[in-house]
Amino acid sequence: MLTVQFLLLGAVLFCIGVYGVLARKNAVMVLMSIELILNSVNLNLLAFSSRLGSIDGNTFALYVIAVAAAEVGVGLAMVLLIYRNRRTIALDELSDMKG
Amino acid sequence: MVAADLLVAQNIGFGIIALLMIVAALRVVTVKNVVHAALWLVIVLSGAAAQYLLLSAEFVAITQVLVYVGAVMVLFLFGTMLTRAKIGAEADLNNKNWGIAVPVSLLMFGVITWVLIDGFGDERLPNPDEQTQVPIQVLSDDIFGPYLLPFWALSFVLLVAVIGAIVLARKD
Repeated sequence: MLTVQFLLLGAVLFCIGVYGVLARKNAVMVLMSIELILNSVNLNLLAFSSRLGSIDGNTFALYVIAVAAAEVGVGLAMVLLIYRNRRTIALDELSDMKG
Repeated sequence: MVAADLLVAQNIGFGIIALLMIVAALRVVTVKNVVHAALWLVIVLSGAAAQYLLLSAEFVAITQVLVYVGAVMVLFLFGTMLTRAKIGAEADLNNKNWGIAVPVSLLMFGVITWVLIDGFGDERLPNPDEQTQVPIQVLSDDIFGPYLLPFWALSFVLLVAVIGAIVLARKD
């Protein structure tokens, strides 16, 4: 197997995730797109771990998974709070701090 | 190059799973129903776990299934359920100027693809049978050896996230 095929799959997932973050209005959908980005990062880490014959990439991927789980928990709690205060989670309506 | 070096079965498996993942990821960012997007995301995450198995990272694959497909997706479905009663298609899930995101991500994909193909070309991964199989023991020695301090920091991150999520979501 080529190294580049895993890296290219990661690149595709990353760009789809970036599109989702930029294009989506719903906060939950933006969090889902962030998950796509984090998974592409993990794919890259594991591909390089396999390429270099080193275990460090696996360790980093595990840490990324744990941080992503924490991020989703806090992110969804914040979304819930915003929904309770505003009755909406459309990100373009949350423009109070816009200069 | 001998035929056995080509790993035909692994490559076919990679192609099928990769295609499935890309289609599902595109559905995640284009579908008009939040619950359907979460279910498409399950396919992407499971496909990622399968790719980790192809890269002979069994423990990460299992963790991916447990944490992402098990826990994170339940959180997403709960979040969807708690923030909107509406089940079904919605017309306005996209920003007003979502069209700009298409050329941005396409340009980014083009640049990344160019750099990757230029940098790695036809470099091959070591075959699973000839590379040193990494047992989980080595992984745990790595986590609890040189990466012990990040591990401690990570447990504090998780603790803070748990407390923070409770504090934020509490009703008073």
